[in-house]
Amino acid sequence: MHDLVKLLNVFCLLSLLAVGGGSAVLPQMQHETVTENQWVTPNEFATIYSLGQMAPGPNMSMVALIGFKAAGGLGALIVLLAFYIPSSLFTYVASHIWDSFKDNPWRDAVQRGMAPVTIGLMLAGVYAVGKTASINPEHSLHHNAITVVIGLVVVGILFWKRINPALLILAGGVLGWFLLKGV
Amino acid sequence: MDSTKPPAEVSKNKPPGPGRLFFAFFRIGLTSFGGGLVAYLRDELVTNRGWMTPDEFLAALEIGQTLPGLNSVNVAIIAGRKIAGPVGAVSAAMGLIIPGVILLFVLGALYMRFKSNPDIAAGLAGIAAAAVGLLLQVTLKIGAKQLLNPLDLFFVILTFVLVGIFHVSLLAVLFLVAPVAVLLRRPPKPAQTS
Repeated sequence: MHDLVKLLNVFCLLSLLAVGGGSAVLPQMQHETVTENQWVTPNEFATIYSLGQMAPGPNMSMVALIGFKAAGGLGALIVLLAFYIPSSLFTYVASHIWDSFKDNPWRDAVQRGMAPVTIGLMLAGVYAVGKTASINPEHSLHHNAITVVIGLVVVGILFWKRINPALLILAGGVLGWFLLKGV
Repeated sequence: MDSTKPPAEVSKNKPPGPGRLFFAFFRIGLTSFGGGLVAYLRDELVTNRGWMTPDEFLAALEIGQTLPGLNSVNVAIIAGRKIAGPVGAVSAAMGLIIPGVILLFVLGALYMRFKSNPDIAAGLAGIAAAAVGLLLQVTLKIGAKQLLNPLDLFFVILTFVLVGIFHVSLLAVLFLVAPVAVLLRRPPKPAQTS
């Protein structure tokens, strides 16, 4: 019961803090779910995040799996509702009154001022997942070298040409299967 | 060639009820592998179904990106509301979210079942490594402008260090750092004409 209330609180807050998209709350989510409440291990968090990237639909639906790990089916349901309802309700109401702000010069200032904060948050998200999945002190140097190279190759390919990222993630899985076993 | 059609022709399409709306979004939620959901939404709502004009969609996207929450879900809420009212907003968002959640439970169950298998564990490590690359690329791509502008770069680094390294609460950062960043971009004083 205590966990359910805690899940509700954590994910409601994350929902309303997700400015500029879901990736912005990734570092805070990792801190809350791994370090503070120990619902998932660092490894599970990184894996669950990457499963979210593979599934269709909003990639942040992966929060359901964190909820499931923490408190079973009810936990998953509560986390999904807590993560999606507050921001959606806010958007629903705000889109009604949006037109009155449409030509307000401050809107542009808010968007331009928030942009670097969002990018900083996303980089912190890369760091939060990357310190488990890419450069992990518990893994061997060999293992870390391979995971870093896989990540950088993905970056390179995506800048080079338009390709469905889900395919690259699957390719990463195949490479890992062959190269990362027992290293 | 559709761009030459007058908007009246587009809006001729009968607005769907919540049921059809749900299934249209369900289809997107089921087939949109690999992210880029907003593009899928635009194709379906504007190009294929003609339920929104390009301008309406752009306005919805602009609101959806500015407000908290996932951009794709916010666009679904706004589009659903415009097309079929409050029930439309709920059915659009649920249609978009439900298929992925079901699939994630399948993936999650497989993960829990097989994670101690060394082959699977190695594959999952490769998947996670690739996912980090994907997130890094998305960040670099949408942040290119901010990373090259000195003032913006300062706020990028400040936010990164506070949240990523020192685990300062996101709430605190949004209330302390963001207002300063916004103030520095404040609109110029209006001319003394009125």
